[in-house]
Amino acid sequence: MNFEFTEEQKMIQQAAKDFAERELLPDVIERDTKALFPKEHVKKLAELGFLGMMTDPKYDGGGMDTISYVLAMEEISKIESSVAVIMSVCNSLVNWGLETYGNDMQKEKYLKPLARGEKIGAFLLSEPEAGSDATKQRTTAVDMGDYYLLNGTKNWITNANCASVYLVIAHTNPEKAHKGINAFIVDKDTTGITLGPHEDKMGMRSSDTHSVMFTDVKVPKENRIGDDGFGFSFAMKTLDGGRIGIASQALGIASGAFERALQYSKERKAFGTEIFNHQVIAFKLADMAVKIENARNLCLKAAWLKDNKQPYGIMSAMAKQYCADIAMEVATEAVQIHGGYGYVKEYHVERLMREAKLTQIYEGTSEVQKIVISRSLLK
Amino acid sequence: MKILVCISDVPDTTTKIKFKDNNTTLDVNGIQWIINPWDELALTRALELKEASGGIIQSVTVANVGTVASEPTIRKALAVGADNAIRIDAQPKDAYYVAAQLANIVKAESYDIVLVGRDSADYNGSAVGGMLAELIDYNSLSSVSSLNIENGKIRINREIDGGTETIEAELPFLAIVQKGISKEPRIPAMRGIMMARTKPLNVVQAVAVEILTEDVSFEMPQPKGSCKKFDSENVKTLVSLLHNEAKLI
Amino acid sequence: MSILVYTENREGIFKKATFELLSYAKEMAKTLNTNVVALSIGQVENSELEKLGNYGATKVLNTQGNNLSFLDNKLFSKIVTTAVEKEGAQIIIMANNISGKALSPRVSASLKAGLVTGVVGLPSSYEPFVIKKLVFTSKAFSNVKVNSALKVLTFAQNSFGVAEPINAVAHVETFNPQINDVPVKNRLIETNRITGKLLLTDAEIVVSGGRGLKSAENFSLLEELAGVLGAATACSRPVSDEGWRPHSEHVGQTGKIIAPVLYIACGISGAIQHVGGISSSKFIVAINNDKDAPIFEIADYGIVGDFKTVLPEMIAAIKEIKAG
Repeated sequence: MNFEFTEEQKMIQQAAKDFAERELLPDVIERDTKALFPKEHVKKLAELGFLGMMTDPKYDGGGMDTISYVLAMEEISKIESSVAVIMSVCNSLVNWGLETYGNDMQKEKYLKPLARGEKIGAFLLSEPEAGSDATKQRTTAVDMGDYYLLNGTKNWITNANCASVYLVIAHTNPEKAHKGINAFIVDKDTTGITLGPHEDKMGMRSSDTHSVMFTDVKVPKENRIGDDGFGFSFAMKTLDGGRIGIASQALGIASGAFERALQYSKERKAFGTEIFNHQVIAFKLADMAVKIENARNLCLKAAWLKDNKQPYGIMSAMAKQYCADIAMEVATEAVQIHGGYGYVKEYHVERLMREAKLTQIYEGTSEVQKIVISRSLLK
Repeated sequence: MKILVCISDVPDTTTKIKFKDNNTTLDVNGIQWIINPWDELALTRALELKEASGGIIQSVTVANVGTVASEPTIRKALAVGADNAIRIDAQPKDAYYVAAQLANIVKAESYDIVLVGRDSADYNGSAVGGMLAELIDYNSLSSVSSLNIENGKIRINREIDGGTETIEAELPFLAIVQKGISKEPRIPAMRGIMMARTKPLNVVQAVAVEILTEDVSFEMPQPKGSCKKFDSENVKTLVSLLHNEAKLI
Repeated sequence: MSILVYTENREGIFKKATFELLSYAKEMAKTLNTNVVALSIGQVENSELEKLGNYGATKVLNTQGNNLSFLDNKLFSKIVTTAVEKEGAQIIIMANNISGKALSPRVSASLKAGLVTGVVGLPSSYEPFVIKKLVFTSKAFSNVKVNSALKVLTFAQNSFGVAEPINAVAHVETFNPQINDVPVKNRLIETNRITGKLLLTDAEIVVSGGRGLKSAENFSLLEELAGVLGAATACSRPVSDEGWRPHSEHVGQTGKIIAPVLYIACGISGAIQHVGGISSSKFIVAINNDKDAPIFEIADYGIVGDFKTVLPEMIAAIKEIKAG
């Protein structure tokens, strides 16, 4: 056991912190209010290599470990989860999926520009009627000989507009149930793709979420990932890693809210003393600190397992569920500690509370994580 | 052309400073160390100059006088783009000691441009740059807020008391730089951090130098008495207080 | 032996900072039973040089020359070290300002004289020589022992005060050190001076604005306050970063470190980096609408309120007082 971060891990953590505080913090409230996409910010994030930080350097990535990724995700999520989620989708879903399961041509053509941050990716699994139950895909890809013909609708797609590379999950053979599912790389500018309106969300308002409609979209055969029927397995494996990203995001929301609440409690006075000196507040902060510490340890353990090539699916489900749930609790308490100030935008914590809610829902709800965790107990 | 940037590592500027051993030693417990802010800006400028030079500037080297504990700071300098680094293995004693160690480095390997930050955020000596210039007999200018290379000469802007001056200087040249020299320090990119793993960091032995000054003890400033607060209806009362009691206006 | 003080004129006139420097040196000279020699470089009338006697200089070395119109570190240091040798000076004192910071290290290294910059107050002991200086950007003091026989000090402005002038005329001596062997490596291209404005470094009262002022336009209120007080204007880092005010007005850890008699901070929250630049001010008045702003922790007086209502009232009240 070694709980020390390496010099390099600390440097990455600091780089992410500097980026978030310098580039994101100044206008984050305005972007959230107006639901503006952080275009320039994402460009800078890409230039710094964060979007492909875990991809192997031979595919133009940063070659950093998952621990570093957790630390970076936490720092960015302390300030702006709308940016962090872009980083999470690119790193843990799209790039990792392509690097692990793509063929050489796919890696050359799609992974490299993604890893360099020149392109952004999106992961299209959810459907209007297939959220948690991913086997019920209605999007179809019909084998036409030279190509597949894609039809259907995907919902709640992060990066739908800013991405140029889509990883789409679709049924090629509905009779074979989940074994008839495949994953495809689809260029976003292909004819037949239309986007629904930008979703007006409760939180993470700046992230680019749309539904995506496919109408007779031709996908070249060579863009199928893995063998025929590999799609469901691809999606599940990829989401295992994705959960580490979202868990770290939730962790960042929690620690960001906590830091603000702690700071506030040391400055704000009531009944003649800083409110931290009131036990009712101090104990709240103590509870929050313990939850965050637990959450961080879960994230880091899942990351450590992944880095050490050990099974990490259960641990990442535990991390995702726990981090998301405590993010909600901690952010809510942070608002409470701030009192009236917590309820106005200027103090950031109300936004963190709205963002926390989403981490309990997307990339597998807390309930779905509990299904994954509890099933593993039976084995 | 070769550039040397001298960097020191200092407590993060937001760190609360504490002393121990009967106020004779800085308590380093809990301190986060960073590249001295002006040194970091100097490094940024050096890298900008190199990138814009079309190959004329071959390398940017960073030098630090410190123990192994300062290596994370040096690695960061490499990660943002310095080509190589030299660490003179010694606990810095005073400004003259540091300058003498650095002088040894410059004498061994001549640099065309040497950049040093205005002062360090710890002992605020504002001394190493000037001392180094004297010891290596370089032309030097202080309070430099911009630096360019034009036709083999250096053109700088510097702050003077109540204004600025533009000066053309001959190489080799040592600039003591301050705010404005570059806009903001660079954040290391993933690629840079990866490349820093293999960039050379040479550790050299310190030379013996006479210690001219020593910190014998530290003191914290007297805490302020509590602030007398007025609300906005009583501005007049405060003004007359400043006039009659404090006699400030 | 003697104490050598490096003096600075602006357009041929000595300012208060120089008188304070001499007053400080004179106090030290009394204890050491020695005298104070001032060194002046540049064009200054004899009558102005003689005035330095009022503040304790017995002799003034007057160096004038064609290539001395701008501060060349190497050239000027050479003049100082030559003066030190000529006068047998043991202690060299300069201001802890741009010139003092430029020259003192070169002089120190050249003479192998221990250097202490930013000293506040007189030495606590002369044998051994121990003196207090600001460290960690005014967050603490260090007592520094100087081991060498020769000592170079730069003195933090406003930490001693100007002594009552005595009626004495300093003996002015032309001093033309041999500096021809110092090759001229720098050429002055252009000088831009801020004219008609009280300089931050000269001002006894400074009014300063922070991000709380919300826009560049709102600084007109601050300018007006500075006008009625005869104060200089300053700002916090975000303000100069936004371009609302010039960088030359930025006070704080990465900008100027100042020590006026009265510092009025308006709409400045009091981040630790800002406080580092102003904490040596004698009196601090803070105006902020957040009653919990950390600036109040270091302020002597505070007004909790909006600058838009507070500043006009303040201006009016001061005008009333000034009108008598």
